[in-house]
Amino acid sequence: MGKAKMSGAKALVRTLESQGVEVIFGYPGGATLPIYDELAKSSIRHVLTRHEQGAAHMADGYSRATGKTGVCMATSGPGATNLVTGLANAYMDSSPLVAITGQVPRPMIGNDAFQEVDITGITIPITKHNYLLQKASEIPHSLQEAFYLASTGRKGPVLLDIPKDVQLEIFSPHQAKYPALEGYRPTVAGHPGQIKRAVTLLKSAQKPLIIAGGGVSLASARDLLVRLAEKADIPVVYTLMGKASFPNSHSLCFGLMGYHGRIEANHAISNADVILAVGTRFGDRSTGPLATFATQAKIIHTDIDPAEISKNVPSYIPIVGDAGQVLEQLVELVPEQKHDQWMLELRETAERHPLKGKSSGVIIPNILRILKSLVQDPIIVTDVGRHQIFTAHYFPVDSSHSFVTSGGLGTMGFGVPAAIGAKVGRPDRPVIDIAGDGSFMMTCQEVAAAVAEDIPIVVLVMNDYCLGMIKQLQDASYGRRYEACKFGRNVDFARLAESMGAAGFKVTREDEIAPAIEKSLAAGRTAVVDCVLDDPGNVYPMVTGSSLLEYVE
Amino acid sequence: MRHTISILCDDTPGVMTRVSGLFSRRGFNIESLSVGHTELPGKSRFTIVTTGDDAVLEQVRKQLQKLVHVIKAWDIKQNEAVEREHALLKIEVEDKRRAELLQIVTAVQARIVDSSASIWILEVTGDTGSVDNAFNLFKDYHILESIRTGKIALERGPSRVMKK
Repeated sequence: MGKAKMSGAKALVRTLESQGVEVIFGYPGGATLPIYDELAKSSIRHVLTRHEQGAAHMADGYSRATGKTGVCMATSGPGATNLVTGLANAYMDSSPLVAITGQVPRPMIGNDAFQEVDITGITIPITKHNYLLQKASEIPHSLQEAFYLASTGRKGPVLLDIPKDVQLEIFSPHQAKYPALEGYRPTVAGHPGQIKRAVTLLKSAQKPLIIAGGGVSLASARDLLVRLAEKADIPVVYTLMGKASFPNSHSLCFGLMGYHGRIEANHAISNADVILAVGTRFGDRSTGPLATFATQAKIIHTDIDPAEISKNVPSYIPIVGDAGQVLEQLVELVPEQKHDQWMLELRETAERHPLKGKSSGVIIPNILRILKSLVQDPIIVTDVGRHQIFTAHYFPVDSSHSFVTSGGLGTMGFGVPAAIGAKVGRPDRPVIDIAGDGSFMMTCQEVAAAVAEDIPIVVLVMNDYCLGMIKQLQDASYGRRYEACKFGRNVDFARLAESMGAAGFKVTREDEIAPAIEKSLAAGRTAVVDCVLDDPGNVYPMVTGSSLLEYVE
Repeated sequence: MRHTISILCDDTPGVMTRVSGLFSRRGFNIESLSVGHTELPGKSRFTIVTTGDDAVLEQVRKQLQKLVHVIKAWDIKQNEAVEREHALLKIEVEDKRRAELLQIVTAVQARIVDSSASIWILEVTGDTGSVDNAFNLFKDYHILESIRTGKIALERGPSRVMKK
C-alpha cells in the first residue's frame, strides 16, 4: 500500500485485492455506496444478487467449491439482517466467509437512525468473530485479520461492520504494529503421544471404522484419508457434510451414516470396536440417539476444534489438530493390515439392504440415476428436504469439492445461490442444483442474477407440489394429518425460469427426463428443469427407534 | 455444582457481551460477575460465579476459550485460591442501638466509610461466607440500601496466567 492518503473505502478495496479476492457477492445500499464507488475502479468482479441472503449463500457455495474464502457484502439495516441466515448457515458448516456490511455514520450509531441495526450484536453467536470499525486506519489490518481468522483453525464466517463515514474518512496508510492475536492459536499438529496411542488402538482393532466428516474436505485431506483407509484396510462411512470427503464408489466406502443412513453404515457404527472419527462434530442427525451410539467402540476423535471433543460423544483418545496433519501422522505409523472378516460382514449387510429406489418413472432416484449417466464430474448442490437425502444416497461423488449442501443449519433456499457461487468459483465444472419445489421458491429470484451475470447453472426442481420432508414426518409421527404441507396452487417452474431469461424445461414423463437434462446441460446458460414427480415417495432408510438399528427401509 | 471461572481477555468493547452471551445461551445463570484491569496493560480479567452441570460447564469453558479476545478461560478450585467480595450497606442508626451496632461492625471487621446524622455507610470485605455472615448480623437493623460486588479470586502460589 502506497504512502498516498486514501479513503477507508479505497483501502478496503485495495486490501481485498491484496488478499486475492476475485469476486464479491453483494447488494448495494446507501451505507455501502462509497465502497461500490471504489469497486468500480477495481478488477474484482461483483455479482449483483437479488437478495442479500443470496449473497451470503453464493459466497458460501463459492467457498465450498473452491476451498477459498468467499466474500459477501450488504448495506446497513435490512441488508445486514438479510445476511443473517447465510452467516448462520456458514457458521454451522464451518465455511470460511468474510462479510462486509455498511453501517450508519458514527455520530448516528445508537440513535435509531434510518437503516441502523446492531449487526455486530446480532451476529455474535453466528460468526467466528466480528468487528465494528471505528477508524479508516483500522480497515487494512482488520480485514487481513478477518481473512486469517475465517480461513484458519476451525473455519467460519467473520463480519466487518463499517460505518459510512469511516468509509469516507481520508487517512495515510502506514505500517503500524498491531498486537498479535494472543488468544487465537489453533492447534494444527496432533500430539505425538496421542497419535501413538491411536495407532496402537487401531492396530489392536478387529472391527475398525472410519467416520469421514466435513472437516476432511475443509482440510483438503481427502487423499490422505484414502491412503490411511487403504493401508490399514478400514471401512469408511461418511456424514452428510463428509460425503465428498471419501470417494463414494471406493470399495471401502459404506455410505451415509445416521438418521437417514445406510443400514450397512449404521450396522458398522453399532458393531465397530474402534472408530476413528475425523473432522466431525457428531451432530444429532449423524449419531441418532446418543445413548445407543457406537456402544461397542472406543472412539478416537480428531478435530481442529477442542470444543468438539467429547461435546456429544465421549472420546477415548482425543486428538486436537488439522485433519490433514493428523492423518499424515497416522498414515506414517499405521501398519498395513487386513480385516477380511469384518469387511465381509459389512458387504453382506450391504447386499441384504440395497437402496429401494426404483429405476423407472419420474421419481427422484431415477432422475438422479439418469443425471449421473449424462454428466461428467459435476459439483452437486442440494437444497434441504427429502431430495437432499435422496441425492446423498443416489448420486455418488468421487472427487473433492463435489457435494455442496446445507448440513448443520438445514437452510431451505441454499441451493440456487450456493450453486451460483460454486459455478463462479469453478466455471470449468458442471454445477447442478438438486432442489425441492419448496426450497426453490425461497431463493428462486437468484435465477435472474445468474442469467444477468451469465452463470450457467442447472437447477433440477423435484416438484411434488408439497413440502416432502414435512409430509414424511407427518406420515411417520402425526397420523398423516397433512397440515400446511401442500402448496395449493402449483407454480410452473419452467415458465417462471423463462420469465427471468433462463432456459426452462418441464418433465412429466419418464422419456422426457434424459432429453431435458441433456438440453439444460448444453444450453450454455442458466437452466431450470421442472421435474413433476409422479410418485413423491418418502426417503428411506429412516431411523424410527431409540438406536440406529431400528429403522424403516 | 457451583463454579468460579476466571477469564483473561483483551480489554476491548463488546467482550462482555461475547462472554455473557455464551452463558445465557447454555441456560446458565451468572450468579456474579466482576471484571477489571490487571497487571497486564490492555488486559482484563473476569471472575464469574455460576452453577451448572460439570460437563456442560466444561463446554462453556471451551467455547469461551474459542472467543478471539479470550486468552485463557479456566475453572478456579476454591481451596487453591483466595476469594474476596466487597459490599456496601447504608444503615439507619437509631441512637439507642448505636453501641451494639458498633460492636458488630468491629466483630465483622467492617468499616464505617461515611456517616451523617443517623446514616452510616458500612464497607465489608471478605470471602463469600464472611460477607454473608455480616449481612446476617446487620439484617436486624434498618438497611436502607445494600450492594455487593461479584467475587474476585486469585490462585495461591507463584503461578501466573501470563507474563508481561
